[in-house]
Amino acid sequence: MKTRHKKLILIGVAVIGLGVVATLVLNAFRSNLVFFFTPTQVVKGEAPLDRAFRVGGLVENGSLRREPDGVTAHFRITDTAQTIPVTYKGLLPDLFKEGKGVVAQGRLNNSEFVADQVLAKHDENYMPPEAASALEKAQKTQKTLVLPQEGK
Amino acid sequence: MNWNSWPEFFYMGGYALYVWGSFAVTAILVAGEIVMLRLHRKKALELALNTVKYGKVKNDENEA
Amino acid sequence: MINRFNKYRYASPATFYHFAGRLIPWFYGAAALFCVAGLYIGLFLAPTDFQQSEAYRIIFIHVPAAWMSMFIYVVMACWAALGLAFNTRMSFMMASALAPTGAMLTFVSLWTGALWGKPTWGAWWVWDARLTSELILFFLYLGFMALQSAIDDPRRADRAGALIALVGVVNVPIIYFSVRWWNTLHQGASVSMTKAPSMASIMLVGMLVMALAAWMYTIAAALSRARCIILERERNAQWVAQMLEADA
Repeated sequence: MKTRHKKLILIGVAVIGLGVVATLVLNAFRSNLVFFFTPTQVVKGEAPLDRAFRVGGLVENGSLRREPDGVTAHFRITDTAQTIPVTYKGLLPDLFKEGKGVVAQGRLNNSEFVADQVLAKHDENYMPPEAASALEKAQKTQKTLVLPQEGK
Repeated sequence: MNWNSWPEFFYMGGYALYVWGSFAVTAILVAGEIVMLRLHRKKALELALNTVKYGKVKNDENEA
Repeated sequence: MINRFNKYRYASPATFYHFAGRLIPWFYGAAALFCVAGLYIGLFLAPTDFQQSEAYRIIFIHVPAAWMSMFIYVVMACWAALGLAFNTRMSFMMASALAPTGAMLTFVSLWTGALWGKPTWGAWWVWDARLTSELILFFLYLGFMALQSAIDDPRRADRAGALIALVGVVNVPIIYFSVRWWNTLHQGASVSMTKAPSMASIMLVGMLVMALAAWMYTIAAALSRARCIILERERNAQWVAQMLEADA
């Protein structure tokens, strides 16, 4: 009986130890696990300028402008504190919409972000369209803007 | 009810490939696992039967 | 004392074998019932979604499969820990019985995730923390199975497999919390302990019924696989001989 209890404790300690190690390792690599940077982080200079990275946030309302060639689009990504202007040549995903989440991959060129991929980031809300429009009406009267998902 | 007709249902608002692709592959995998389990059982029973017929039968409790 | 303990150990797989055999049809039946009900709710009763229209219906497969993929791994690790601690053969057999079903459901969650990501995000796959950690889970299942089948001696195979199961279990909370700890493309949880579900209730009900179906199916599949493993490993035991002779 005693040896078995000892074994159990030993295994428990090993699992906890591994957990702690994994947490530490993950913490060290935290920056590499970041899928995108927010505009605030980009403005603060936390994003790498020498290589491609991703910017995520909301497509600013009224900022989407398409060029006559039909493939080039300009829009601004915002996290309500800062905004980054983006240029993108290509097909935008179905869920790309002003006021909705977006993640763009590319490089910073002067102060403009030139994207080679634009992904739509949708939130975790699921409801019928009627419920959504009712909710939107209610929110418009409240005049609040809430980010769908803020990291950390 | 959401759908006015069966074709509309199968069309899935234009997402048929994605929705039915998900459901179909899941169904195939589940069915496949059930078939594999049947085969596994058949083989295990055969193995046990052969052991009983030709192999040794353990009587010693401590050997288990 | 020693005698009784040994007897218990000896009898345990036999009792389990017969008990599981009686339960399996019920679990398969419940799984089929919940699956039909869940699909009916999800495909016919649940309304379309305001932002994803019909593409969101993949959720009725994706989320139950993803939940089960994580849960099965935790259960597998628990059996492995029990086996290591008390040296019970049945625990190791349960761990081995769960792995293929867990791997299958992990693949389902990755596959349906890709088919969901393409029309909504615009990409089949991205290397964000949620997707990457779920892929690691798939490899952990495969590693567990590969290692077990690579080692001939079942006792050593059990121990080696248990080690992978225990080490890999740290990945499960990482999967679950990845959407909160890091910026991911994957959306946050719609259903969690800390807040009200952010889904229309009929959609939620459909998803939960499908999750129940996945539970029942997993139990049925794991029990039937455990029975096969018992037969293979205990084929020298007297109770197997007696049972087979009684059947013949």
